Amino acid sequence: MLRRRLNRLLGGDERRVDSRTIYVGHRPCPATEAFIPPKFCDNRIVSSKYTVWNFLPKNLFEQFRRIANFYFLIIFLVQVIVDTPTSPVTSGLPLFFVITVTAIKQGYEDWLRHKADNEVNKYLVTVLENGQKIRTESEKIKVGDVVEVKEDETFPCDLILLQSSRDDDTCFVTTASLDGESNHKTHYTVPDTEKDLESLNATIECEQPQPDLYKFVGRMHIYKKDQEPAVRSLGPENLLLKGATLKNTQKICGVAVYTGMETKMALNYQGKSQKRSAVEKSINAFLLVYLCILVSKALVCTTLKYVWQSEPGQDEPWYNQKTQREKDTNLYLKMFTDFLSFMVLFNFIIPVSMYVTVEMQKFLGSFFITWDKDFFDPEIQEGALVNTSDLNEELGQVEYVFTDKTGTLTQNNMEFIECCIDGFQYKYRDAGSELDGFCVTDGPVSKLQQKAGREKEELFLRALCLCHTVQVKESPGPGQGQADGLMDQVDGLGLGGEVLRPEEQRGFIASSPDEVALVKGAMRYGFTFLGLESKNMKILNRNNDVEMYELLHVLNFDPVRRRMSVIVRSKSGDTLLFCKGADSSIFPRVRPEEVDRIRMHVERNATEGYRTLCVAYKQLSAEEYAQADAGLREARLALQDREEKLMAVYNQVETGMSLIGATAVEDRLQEEAAETMEALQGAGMKVWVLTGDKMETAKSTCYACRLFQRNTELLELTVRTLEDGGRKREERLHELLLDYHKKAVQDAPPVKAGVTRSWSTANQDYGFIIDGATLSMVLNSSHDSNSSRYKSLFLQICQNCTAVLCCRMAPLQKAQIVKMVKNSKGGPITLSIGDGANDVSMILEAHVGIGIKGKEGRQAVRNSDYAIPKLKHLKKLLLAHGHLYYVRIAHLVQYFFYKNLCFILPQFLYQFFCGYSQQPLYDAAYLTMYNICFTSMPILAYSLLEQHICIEVLLDNATLYREIAKNAMLRWRPFFYWTVLGVFHGLLFFFGVRYLFSNPALQDNGQVFGNWSYGTIVFTVLVFTVTLKLALDTRHWTWINHFVIWGSLAFYVFFSFFWGGIIWPFLRQQRLYFVFANMLSSVSAWLVIILLILLSLLPDILLVVFRKPRGPNARQLSEDSLLQTSDRSCHTTVLQAPEGARVKGSKE
Amino acid sequence: MKEQQETANRPDNTAFTQQRLPAWQPMLSAGIVIPGFVIIGLAFIGIGIALFVTSQNIQVLERDYTGVENNSPCFKCSDPSTKNCVCKLDFSLDKLFEGPVFFYYGLSNYFQNYRKYGVSRDDRQLSGRLDNFQSPDEGCVPYQYDANNKPIVPCGSVANSLFNDTFKLYQIVNGARKLVPFDGKGIAWWTDHNVKYRNPSITPLKNAFNGTVKPTFWSKPAYELDPSDPANNGFVNQDFLVWMRRAALPDFRKLYRRITEGDYKNGLPAGNYSLEIAYNYPVLDFDGRKKVVFSNVSWMGGKNQFLGIAYLVIGSLCVVMSIVMLIVYAKFKFPDEE
Repeated sequence: MLRRRLNRLLGGDERRVDSRTIYVGHRPCPATEAFIPPKFCDNRIVSSKYTVWNFLPKNLFEQFRRIANFYFLIIFLVQVIVDTPTSPVTSGLPLFFVITVTAIKQGYEDWLRHKADNEVNKYLVTVLENGQKIRTESEKIKVGDVVEVKEDETFPCDLILLQSSRDDDTCFVTTASLDGESNHKTHYTVPDTEKDLESLNATIECEQPQPDLYKFVGRMHIYKKDQEPAVRSLGPENLLLKGATLKNTQKICGVAVYTGMETKMALNYQGKSQKRSAVEKSINAFLLVYLCILVSKALVCTTLKYVWQSEPGQDEPWYNQKTQREKDTNLYLKMFTDFLSFMVLFNFIIPVSMYVTVEMQKFLGSFFITWDKDFFDPEIQEGALVNTSDLNEELGQVEYVFTDKTGTLTQNNMEFIECCIDGFQYKYRDAGSELDGFCVTDGPVSKLQQKAGREKEELFLRALCLCHTVQVKESPGPGQGQADGLMDQVDGLGLGGEVLRPEEQRGFIASSPDEVALVKGAMRYGFTFLGLESKNMKILNRNNDVEMYELLHVLNFDPVRRRMSVIVRSKSGDTLLFCKGADSSIFPRVRPEEVDRIRMHVERNATEGYRTLCVAYKQLSAEEYAQADAGLREARLALQDREEKLMAVYNQVETGMSLIGATAVEDRLQEEAAETMEALQGAGMKVWVLTGDKMETAKSTCYACRLFQRNTELLELTVRTLEDGGRKREERLHELLLDYHKKAVQDAPPVKAGVTRSWSTANQDYGFIIDGATLSMVLNSSHDSNSSRYKSLFLQICQNCTAVLCCRMAPLQKAQIVKMVKNSKGGPITLSIGDGANDVSMILEAHVGIGIKGKEGRQAVRNSDYAIPKLKHLKKLLLAHGHLYYVRIAHLVQYFFYKNLCFILPQFLYQFFCGYSQQPLYDAAYLTMYNICFTSMPILAYSLLEQHICIEVLLDNATLYREIAKNAMLRWRPFFYWTVLGVFHGLLFFFGVRYLFSNPALQDNGQVFGNWSYGTIVFTVLVFTVTLKLALDTRHWTWINHFVIWGSLAFYVFFSFFWGGIIWPFLRQQRLYFVFANMLSSVSAWLVIILLILLSLLPDILLVVFRKPRGPNARQLSEDSLLQTSDRSCHTTVLQAPEGARVKGSKE
Repeated sequence: MKEQQETANRPDNTAFTQQRLPAWQPMLSAGIVIPGFVIIGLAFIGIGIALFVTSQNIQVLERDYTGVENNSPCFKCSDPSTKNCVCKLDFSLDKLFEGPVFFYYGLSNYFQNYRKYGVSRDDRQLSGRLDNFQSPDEGCVPYQYDANNKPIVPCGSVANSLFNDTFKLYQIVNGARKLVPFDGKGIAWWTDHNVKYRNPSITPLKNAFNGTVKPTFWSKPAYELDPSDPANNGFVNQDFLVWMRRAALPDFRKLYRRITEGDYKNGLPAGNYSLEIAYNYPVLDFDGRKKVVFSNVSWMGGKNQFLGIAYLVIGSLCVVMSIVMLIVYAKFKFPDEE
């Protein structure tokens, strides 16, 4: 932390310069006046926080920055300084324990980090220096060093690729350890760098280190003798990141640009923002209440003490004379120290151990998610992943679910369904005739009645083959001759003899599965993409001829433009631009007369739930190309605003194209997507689908997932509906918003808390659809006054709809929506689930972010709080795990406050009987051990194992989730109940024993009991009562619960005998010597203990019994529903009525 | 290879990791609770009756002898200026006071549980460690050293304030006074007497106290507390031990003697008695009271109505509750089951 901050401070002046200059090989360059070796950090990776020397102070400092630890430290210091009733050991020991355990844990983790760091830092690498290869340790690499890396080695720092052993000046890299994407990525050498690195004289100018893995801008100046320095642009494709591994390439040489802590990998390991759970907020609120109780208790006692002492004879009776020092002390100082002493005496009301137990519960509890074999997906051989355990209970509180569509609701497993060329439909026949499709070598199109001209057809298929960024996966076989082999296979297929499907033979790797589907689709129609070889794209056409196209430019896909293009030059010298993209982004850029024929197909495909793409092309004249080329090169060289400049050029190039066709790709629904969504809605969650996809596609997915149903009335607020009236968009928007608001909000019958459709059958369901463009109009309306009004109208409408679909969303808009809902009235708990990089922003924004281990890389998983392999796992994660965790931790928190209240209350009451002298009621050992040993384990076991309703029932009855909605178990009412219970118990313990002690002769031999016997009886009742109270609350008794609950009680008895059975030489006073044994020899003590325990638990037992007749209990309910699974939908409506009544009943 | 990976990644399928440990899931249903309550209620009522009857049978005779009122026999002694004052407290029993009779003294508004008072002692010294004779524990202030800087043994407020009224009980038989023998053994906890408190193993005991002074309030040193029994001196003196066990509440009684011997083995016969009190202990300046209590003891200890009544109340409450529950269930549950 400190180091980073310091770096930031020191790096201040460096940062002002937006770029850094690197001298390749540390060779001074002719152009620069003077060679000043710039200072960069070394290549040491320091992920460890501490060194041997600073561990103790730094770790202690960090630990005491936590407010709770600091509070306990203060209490401890007060005990050391002021003469207080309890020895510093009582609070010092638990604090010491907590601090030590934490320090050991952190120390161990840091030691592991040191070890890992050393492994990386001491790794031997080869550095080229003055023409010689020098083996050196990785940490000694400096910026500007030329480093050689061999195959399967990881890059020791961020390198600019200068030289590759491959002929085509590329190398392959996997970034599995960085972002989890295991595909090979191609990186390129800087064009025109000399083969002889010895004589390379160049400088690199690049931006300052920044954490984005996929962004890099820079340029390279290459100086040659007697020549103008050449300038080459550098992009992410030239940058090899530390942590990535070299593949398929014998060796490369690169120059180090970012080293050590400035590498992108290191920058990415900086901590994410901390999410805090609602439970934690509740804890803090309760803590405040208890702090007030504590302070007021101390104040009351201090005041009463001085009032009492003012009576004659009470201040200093002869038998209890003050010491000289006490007499000398100033009255006010005495009052103050008395106040502090009372604080210390009562400080146990806020226990250190609660924090430890809560942390342990969260940490250990999260293992159950990782361990759950239901989350294990055999396909990817992985289970669930927990990135943070702080939010376990939040999973039980979700009110809004924001889900991505592609890859989340759908499988992102694309299959080419059909295409449309020049207005003619080409449907690929499936239904058992797949082989037929392949057999027809002269083109499957012949199967269709109508077809476009052969020329158009082939142009379209070429476009599909060329316009993509797909790579061909090289099989591990020998590199050379592979292409031939492949060709043979394809030949064989072409001849119709082989059964093998080309998909299985040939692996395509692409960033998006759509592209693979398209390339495979083209292959079915006879055009096979063979790969990219030194900037030449090879295509095998229908006649089994290899066509070569020189790849000039790739105009990358981005979600804003929603299209991508390639510029290629064919053998014949024509320069062609192929573009594919969403219809909305293509249609405005092509000739309007072509649009109509294809639009029909696109829309039909979209309503069927397919993903559609339009394909367009354009022939570039030499001048046009020259202009575009210059523009692109210039934009790529720009160090600042490169993105914007590129975008401008792209938009300029991609105009006036002609539309050739459209494709339809099916994305199948995830397994059990509909069931999951139904369960979530049944659980009272509102599901919003946020997708970048088209409205029609998204809508059909929503229907398929049963988010929208046949009787759902859809309220549409999209560009199309806005343009309907032919008036200004703003006016129409205003009108529609008011209209929908009236429909969905005002006319709707008054909703009770937690109503959704499953039991409001009489009500009309509404679904709301909005698109990105309209959303930005709503959110960023030109009139400021309207903006907030629209926003609140929009929000109200959405909150009254059962499902909301937001399509055509940019990633940032997704986050915007999440934020809007998150900050709306009542602060509902939101959950985002997604699988791709475009979902990261909403995953980070929501209270709980869930990543799906899908096909679009690992970015979502890395940024999520929890990651699951499939959407269907969400149901169990929320309904079972979330529900249980919430109940567990809520009970844990309430119980902790309760048990410490009834622990300390008798001690407070005792002050009224001991002259407010801060006499502790319990022995120091009991004070210390109460929270650590006697009562901590049962609640920990409870909070890990409790299943008040078993998992199957929770999964079967989604409505049970509603019972704990809105933090139901940690609101003020239950808190008040627990507090009253604690007060009741405390009063009972104290006064019960007090009346027993009206005659302290409690043994049959007439001997009397003293004050420690009194305290021990109270304490015994206390320990037994709070433990049995927990036992009463436990609904799920595993052997662990039995062991821990009875074990704790047995331990208490054993400890008391042991502690009182020996004269402890280190103790100044043997207060408890044989007190416990003597207590047990008194029948009266036994009877009073039994009486008080029973009396304390009586209200709880009664409550359990009297609560029941109100409705069928959950267990019975589930049995019923299991019996009647035949007509489920009908059954749930019948069942839910009493259930709902019960929820209401218990709230009243 | 693939299989290995699978076993490595697949979560363990054990009952624990899958949260499927076999569990007992008790439900507190009416079928259990109502009979349970009846049984508990009846048991409590039984115990309550036993306690109540036992407590009723315990005889107690209490007399305040502080001497605040003018007509009180000890009024003359209550003036702190009078020294070695003896007063007589007469009482008569109209029936046999069953033995063994326990004789307690009681103090009111006396805060033995005051914190600073309580810590003002040196347990190491009291366990006979000679080091602590010469340098008593810090906690003993202001009774650590006397004005001449000599160590006080036993040090501390608790020891210093040892109750020092003494009592002699006479039965008036035909006008003559007959001494009722007191038994002073076994009035303190056995462990206190035999383990926790120890005299230094020096004979004669007096030598161990060389160089120390007696507590300022005491009239005689610790080794001369009981002239009649040399074994009952020093820190193992029974009266001293009883006093050192601090009372829990400001209104307390402590065992003084038992009457177990001679003619009084079976209790105090009906008749007139006179209690001769050597009145030494000042309590009036802090508005305290002193009393003597004669009581016999049952299996439950001294007389205490609280326990019996509490058991009776709770027992009946349980029974009533079970009846109420039965009615509630009859009303709500049974139509449900049809």
